Amino acid sequence: MGDPAASVSPAGTAAPLLAVDRLEGWYGESHVLHGMAFDVREGEVVTLLGRNGAGKTTTLKAIVGMLEKRRGSVVFEGVETIGLPSRKIARRGLGYVPEERGVFASLNVYENLMLPPVVRPGGMSLEAIYQLFPNLKERSTSQGTKLSGGEQQMLAIARILRTGAKLILLDEPTEGLAPVIVQQIGETIRRLKADGYTIVLVEQNFRFAQTVADRHVVIELGRVVDEIPNEALEANLEKLHAYLGV
Amino acid sequence: MTTLFGFPTQALFGQLLLGLINGSFYALLSLGLAIIFGLLNIINFAHGALYMAGAFVAWILLNHLGLGYWWSLLLAPVAVALFGVLIERTLLSRLYKLDHLYGLLLTFGLALIIQGMFRLQFGVSGLPYAVPAELAGGTRLPFMYLPTYRGWVVVASLAVCLTTWLLIEKTKLGAYLRAATENPALVQTFGVNVPLLLTVTYAFGVGLAALAGVLAAPIYTVSPMMGADIIIVVFAVVVIGGMGSIMGSIVTGFGLGLVEGLTKVFYPQGSTTVIFVIMAIVLLTKPAGLFGRSS
Ligand SMILES: Nc1ncnc2c1ncn2[C@@H]1O[C@H](COP(=O)(O)OP(=O)(O)OP(=O)(O)O)[C@@H](O)[C@H]1O
Ligand SMILES: [Mg+2]
Repeated sequence: MGDPAASVSPAGTAAPLLAVDRLEGWYGESHVLHGMAFDVREGEVVTLLGRNGAGKTTTLKAIVGMLEKRRGSVVFEGVETIGLPSRKIARRGLGYVPEERGVFASLNVYENLMLPPVVRPGGMSLEAIYQLFPNLKERSTSQGTKLSGGEQQMLAIARILRTGAKLILLDEPTEGLAPVIVQQIGETIRRLKADGYTIVLVEQNFRFAQTVADRHVVIELGRVVDEIPNEALEANLEKLHAYLGV
Repeated sequence: MTTLFGFPTQALFGQLLLGLINGSFYALLSLGLAIIFGLLNIINFAHGALYMAGAFVAWILLNHLGLGYWWSLLLAPVAVALFGVLIERTLLSRLYKLDHLYGLLLTFGLALIIQGMFRLQFGVSGLPYAVPAELAGGTRLPFMYLPTYRGWVVVASLAVCLTTWLLIEKTKLGAYLRAATENPALVQTFGVNVPLLLTVTYAFGVGLAALAGVLAAPIYTVSPMMGADIIIVVFAVVVIGGMGSIMGSIVTGFGLGLVEGLTKVFYPQGSTTVIFVIMAIVLLTKPAGLFGRSS
């Protein structure tokens, strides 16, 4: 076990933006999350690291309300959301970018981009989004799934930025993408952090995670087994290799 | 007498028109079925009964409230759509997580109940509904006689089908519908009220069926079994076009109506079976349907 105290902010007083506690989750009869617990403070970029099947995606699905059978507590901005349907959770200002990206084949790029309703004021304008992702403008009339993998990932992120969501859950945005694209996504995440977004990032690639995150939450078999501040990552490499099995 | 391929042109065009009329109803009905199946995953067997109910609402409005055809064209679809809201909220919404089969069985049962109720109330002999005065009469074209009302049915059906297609393909509401058809859970995580979208879609689909029923009332007699007769053919149309394909159901609906009409001219004995023969061939060669995306 790591030292959880090391991750508590010096002030330690401000309530976290997102507080996950005793979170249990099931797919049918199969019990996948076993008392997940971690906090995310406003403006932070926190990664969830862990092996394949550790329960990272399931944790995000439980937070956004997509996992039907869940129990425990997920408090967002002081409001308990564990019992809310996912559409009401989204309306509170939480944006989700799924692992499979979820770009719709029957919608063109522009329609995909405009699909999620604005849930809060202060989202990015279309112009700002096109500035950040010029490809999306060029290809606005193409079928969504005709984009390259990298472009689809940009689209999946961009459509959430429009909505004004302040907490963004990103599930393995770099998976299967070329190094230049990974770099571009890294820049995007740093830019969003600078703009005040709070981000929970699921990653397998901790070398990438290291370039964007403030803190790393390590997950094994549906539980948090360690929390490592980004500054301490190098010092904990051996431990991390053991957790991730790399 | 002029002939074409050795057949009298009068008869040929007459049958083509009949085919187009049948096709108008096939298209309106299969369009509603396709939208409902696409989003709700429900094979709505009650569709024929609700088409019949639309015709009966028109008859009741005329004979009990003195409201004529044009009012019915508006009110009957609304009434049936509201009934659809009730069905979806109280019954169908409980089945979404189950296999298709449950929805099919439930709506099949509903169809029997609805038909039975109308049969108890109105008997089986069928009731007449007059062509509205504005659409009475006809035009003598060089090659055939065109009754105005029949021309109107084809034009109205085409207009409604194309408007529906535009609504689905070109509007924001349509984008929600298309996206939710692909991945309802994800659309819900964007904050979209998907359950409401399902209710509205079911209501809209059965409203289209009721509209078809009102259009049909002056052509066929209004009878409790009118829906049961047509719905079997419409299901074949849906299978041929591809379950869930919007444009597919429109094109296939009109196309198969025409094919049926032509068969009546060239091989009358085959006219009632030709659609089912085509269905069998399509199922064997392209199981997802002519316009369906195979998954
Ligand atoms: N739809 C599902 N039905 C049943 N079990 C599932 C389902 N999705 C995931 N699981 C199981 O739940 C566990 C956690 O899966 P999850 O997808 O959350 O892992 P992950 O950490 O995101 O892995 P990866 O890095 O491969 O994305 C795994 O054992 C997986 O097999
Ligand atoms: Mg995952």
